[in-house]
Amino acid sequence: MAPLEELTQAWQEARRDRAFRRELADLLENYCGRPTPISHAARLTKHFGGAAVYLKREDLCHTGAHKINNALAQCLLARRMGKGRVIAETGAGQHGVAVATAAALLGLRCRVYMGTEDERRQALNVYRMKLLGAEVVGVDAGSRTLKDAINESLRDWVTNVASTHYVLGSVLGPHPYPAMVREFQSVIGSEALLQIRKQHRSLPRLVVACVGGGSNAAGIFSAFVPYRQVELVGVEAGGRGTRLGEHAARFAGGAPGVLHGTRSYVLQDQDGLIVQTHSVSAGLDYPAVGPEHAWWHDSRRVSYVRVEDGEALDAFHLLSEFEGIVPALETAHALAYVARVAPRMGSGEAILVNLSGRGDKDVTEVARLEGVAL
Amino acid sequence: MSGRIERAFTRARKAKRAAFIPYITAGDPNPERTVVLARALERAGADILELGVPFTDPIADGPTNQRAAERALSRGTTLSGVLGLVRELRYSSELPVVLFTYFNPVHAYGMARFAVDAAAAGVDGVLFTDVPVDEAAVAHEALKRVGIELVLLVAPTSTRARVKAVRRLAGSFVYFIARAGVTGPRTSLEEGLEDQVRLVRKLAKARVVVGFGVSTPEQVTRIAQFADGVVVGSALVERIGELGDVPELPGEVEAIARSFALATRRK
Repeated sequence: MAPLEELTQAWQEARRDRAFRRELADLLENYCGRPTPISHAARLTKHFGGAAVYLKREDLCHTGAHKINNALAQCLLARRMGKGRVIAETGAGQHGVAVATAAALLGLRCRVYMGTEDERRQALNVYRMKLLGAEVVGVDAGSRTLKDAINESLRDWVTNVASTHYVLGSVLGPHPYPAMVREFQSVIGSEALLQIRKQHRSLPRLVVACVGGGSNAAGIFSAFVPYRQVELVGVEAGGRGTRLGEHAARFAGGAPGVLHGTRSYVLQDQDGLIVQTHSVSAGLDYPAVGPEHAWWHDSRRVSYVRVEDGEALDAFHLLSEFEGIVPALETAHALAYVARVAPRMGSGEAILVNLSGRGDKDVTEVARLEGVAL
Repeated sequence: MSGRIERAFTRARKAKRAAFIPYITAGDPNPERTVVLARALERAGADILELGVPFTDPIADGPTNQRAAERALSRGTTLSGVLGLVRELRYSSELPVVLFTYFNPVHAYGMARFAVDAAAAGVDGVLFTDVPVDEAAVAHEALKRVGIELVLLVAPTSTRARVKAVRRLAGSFVYFIARAGVTGPRTSLEEGLEDQVRLVRKLAKARVVVGFGVSTPEQVTRIAQFADGVVVGSALVERIGELGDVPELPGEVEAIARSFALATRRK
């Protein structure tokens, strides 16, 4: 608990410190390339024949996903706290790459824990992290995915807490992480709110984002939550079926539980043991969800839906072919939901999708799934 | 009920030694062996038994205990199964039992129902690895009502304010983590452990047992000079893992446990 108290205090001090905010803003602008634009997906809109589809282009961030927003901020915080080493967990590898990047930029030592199943699925990102000077440690326990990487990161952190900051990658884990990561990702929503008003001349009818731990969704939703007329939808991984163990749809199949220091919806059996999850996308393959999403779910501010592997793969192709953007498989889940609802909506209405990451990392896995030899 | 823990400490102190508290994971190598192993540990001189409830995501445990949990889970060990094992142990033994568990299985079971069933089974204390003192009030209340002690962890990084907060909820002892990190064998002990233990005893106004990383009889002897009890886990669990379910398992475990029990004497 002492390290969490120390972190909470350091974060509270940093966010009040103008110099810290200025340095972060400068890096986001001149290193990451923010603000990221909103693209009107004209051909996709025409294809659906309904609502106008807008994409918040987090895929254009340096390293190719929204994860860098949080990674840079936390690494700055680590340096400020005098910690020379950072560790991180990663599922799809995007957070690991982002932390390795930020650590290289700021001169911190970096170790990334990754489930061995994810290492296989995201081999490209494993090599990217190594190129960036990070040490990648495979975790061969449990389901060999994100959850197990978090377990191992927590063990490392409690063992080396004096020298090390744990850069948690999503709105998960004990306080202050969920609140802190949301704040560092809220730049997505605050930019998008201004941009969509300018481009569409009104608020969108619907904002859609995929939800693994839930950081990209929390980032874009946070700005729109006060606008009750905007419907917010989080898309979970429906995997290959509705039975426990075949998906990662926490709101559909989970119950309140405590995992990784957070009380939230958790996929578990009747004995309180955490069950295995499955999703084609490593970034959504996690048995719990950020606690604020649980709150949004229970207060009915956000609705959560599920999209299965096949639908997500179709959307992966759809965006590539219609807009020239290869999305991450995680993001493809959000797009698949858009494909479901956009045709039923009026042409004057807008859907804003958080295009949380690009799909280069997934190309080999998709090829493998479709039986294409590269 | 919790009188058993109190009596165990008193008996150890009178015999001029620290209490010997072995840890094993319930259901490892299989549920049928747990009661037999508990009896073997009792014969070896255990004062209190710390019984681990296996969990899928044991974030406070090192590889040794993780593998033990995997073995136990693969044999279908659940929280209600563990309570059944304690009940079975009570037919033949008055060895105090402290459950070492993660919170989620208890949460799923229901705290109030768990407290009642645990007390009926003969559990004396419960330690949650992942419930900080700030969140422990509900558990404390539910357990107190049925006469079960809440055992709280104190880490080397815990602030004075936190240790004082522990005092309000702690029963007859608190569990001091010998070294920052997870469970598992270590070659050396932390410098200044003795001073830390004395400080915690003063601030928490409770007995202090030391665990996490205690893996040799020499370490036990050192700690026994200033702590009220010593927990030895991974050294036993490792041996259980190596041997598996063989006929000589209880005898072997008893022999190792005895070497630790003998090391708790105060000079």
